[in-house]
Amino acid sequence: MKDFIEGSEAVARAVCLCKPGVISAYPITPQTHIVEGLAQMVADGRLKCQFVNVESEHSAASVVLGAVAAGERVFTASSSQGLILMSEVIFNIAGMRMPVVLACVNRSLSAPINIWNDLQDSMALRDSGWVQLYAENNQEALDLTIQAYRLAEDSRALVPVMVCLDGYVLSHGLEVVDIPEEDKVAQFLPPFNPAEKLDTANPKSFGLLAGPDYYLEIRHDLHQAVKDTLKLIPEITADFKRIFGRDSGGLVESYRLEDAEMAIVSAGSVCGTIKDTVDNLRAEGKKVGLLRIITYRPFPEELILQALAKVPMVAILDKAISLGATGPIYADLKAAFQGKPGKKISGYIAGLGGRDITPDTIKEIFQQLAGPEVSNQFIGLKSSF
Amino acid sequence: MPEHLLSPGHTACAGCAQSLAARLVLDAAGPNTIIVNNTGCLEVFSTAYPDTAWEVPFIHSLFENAAAVASGVEAALRQNGKLSETRVISQAGDGGTADIGLQALSGMWERGHDILSICYDNEAYMNTGIQRSGLTPTYTSTSTSPASKSSTGNPRPKKNVVEIAVAHGIPYVATASAGFPLDLQKKVKKAMAIRGPKFLHVHVPCPLGWRHEPDQTYQIARLAVETGLFPMIEFENGKISGRYLIAKLKPVEDYLKPQGRFRHLFKPGAEAALKEIQEIANRNIERYGLVKTAT
Repeated sequence: MKDFIEGSEAVARAVCLCKPGVISAYPITPQTHIVEGLAQMVADGRLKCQFVNVESEHSAASVVLGAVAAGERVFTASSSQGLILMSEVIFNIAGMRMPVVLACVNRSLSAPINIWNDLQDSMALRDSGWVQLYAENNQEALDLTIQAYRLAEDSRALVPVMVCLDGYVLSHGLEVVDIPEEDKVAQFLPPFNPAEKLDTANPKSFGLLAGPDYYLEIRHDLHQAVKDTLKLIPEITADFKRIFGRDSGGLVESYRLEDAEMAIVSAGSVCGTIKDTVDNLRAEGKKVGLLRIITYRPFPEELILQALAKVPMVAILDKAISLGATGPIYADLKAAFQGKPGKKISGYIAGLGGRDITPDTIKEIFQQLAGPEVSNQFIGLKSSF
Repeated sequence: MPEHLLSPGHTACAGCAQSLAARLVLDAAGPNTIIVNNTGCLEVFSTAYPDTAWEVPFIHSLFENAAAVASGVEAALRQNGKLSETRVISQAGDGGTADIGLQALSGMWERGHDILSICYDNEAYMNTGIQRSGLTPTYTSTSTSPASKSSTGNPRPKKNVVEIAVAHGIPYVATASAGFPLDLQKKVKKAMAIRGPKFLHVHVPCPLGWRHEPDQTYQIARLAVETGLFPMIEFENGKISGRYLIAKLKPVEDYLKPQGRFRHLFKPGAEAALKEIQEIANRNIERYGLVKTAT
């Protein structure tokens, strides 16, 4: 069934189709529409689920941690300060190998306080042990949410998954979205039946203290589990295509890279604007393309190296920055290509705090890419304000 | 079934009243209990990987979120229909209850989850090295409120977390002491029979932090009650419904003197501070009616 809905509703409908047993969240803009939608579904009796209204995001993440440990499928969502307040629990959830699914509606971080979109919130948590998926549009936000449960709960993975969608651009933007049928979702996503849970018939202890003799190995296991999802994700997207009939999600997307002399690497909804600009520049005879990162953690290094192998000039458009250093995707790309000379790799920062990234912004990046190599060049910076 | 649901062989200090109280609590609660524990001594000494002392399902996440994690566990049990046969206990030390964990705990009480929350109050951050908490009593010397030339120790009164719990309108709030094991177990059983949020505040001496001999734990715990410094009281639906009546009231010095954390109060010049502590006990006695008055 097709419907004209905003990204928030796409996520809420996806979650409803996955039938979680416990949802917990705390209000924050621009995430609120997702959980309002879910609360309405629970109130209407369309979703049989415990909806726990908590007093903070820290508790929202903690509630879903407890509920998933007790054997229920769970969901939470947040943005910006809320996600950062959750961050202690975010790291803990991954360390405890709890298959939580969270929607991050991307928003800038304070100060100055700003409710508009960039990727600084989720990027700040890239080291947490969560799989991070970035949606380009509302359809993908829905599809990635369903795929996220399948991945997180796979006994080979047992890692939490964060589905990121750009605040306002997607969360409040209306698009036509194909909503899958319930029976197909049931076919794609088996019931959640964890091998280990809090169960009085089979008592186990969770969240133990591990000293220097064990910690290193346990963290290595987690690292390996997150990395191994690079193999599971293509398997899951193939199965998704088989059941739902569409390509969606995955690790990366190459767009018109075949003979490209210049490429932009980025993630999220800005990739729609980049694709449009690439089409226009291609029409003018310019050999440009896009590499879209869908799965940012784990970092699909091999695929990125392959996709960009023959592209001599690569620009990274980061909507986040490690202040005092570079954009996060730039740093990862640069590290991936170290020891492989003959390629120009430039880093650009744009769109912080909701500053529009227009086709002109993209054109400017391609123009600058022809110039000297840079590492953290801000685009659209006013000289005085 | 094992003899105790909190097994021996853990690494608690000799004379640790928290380990004693936790064992008494769990034995009273029974095997159909899920324990959610904040970070702290109790968690550290009982769950060093690959060992665990817990014979019931146990989960520890972070320092301040046991009440929220327990809320999630309870919600899951409600969802899958197992709440009638399974009880949830959320437990923490004094810091995890009254300081860093108070927000999550308040949220849990307010939402009405069917959970017994327990505070094992040893009156300072013992796990990190005896730093002052919001439940550290007046004029206690701790590592962050040391008594010295310009200090008489912690200058602030102990936070009344019991009445904070009562103010949430929850059905059952009580205090208990490791020095009164049968009373403690009776209160756990009573709490477990009530649906909704319950709070049990248990006074647990810490020989290391309080600087008394390990074999004095039990006596010290009893003296806290018998001097009026730790009132043993019960509240049901907002009204005081039970109190331990002190048969033979003792002066606060009897409780303070054996403890190194109060040693500075027995040096010349500390008389006013001692008097103030006696006044705290007197106010407790009056507020909660701890001594039988002739009628």
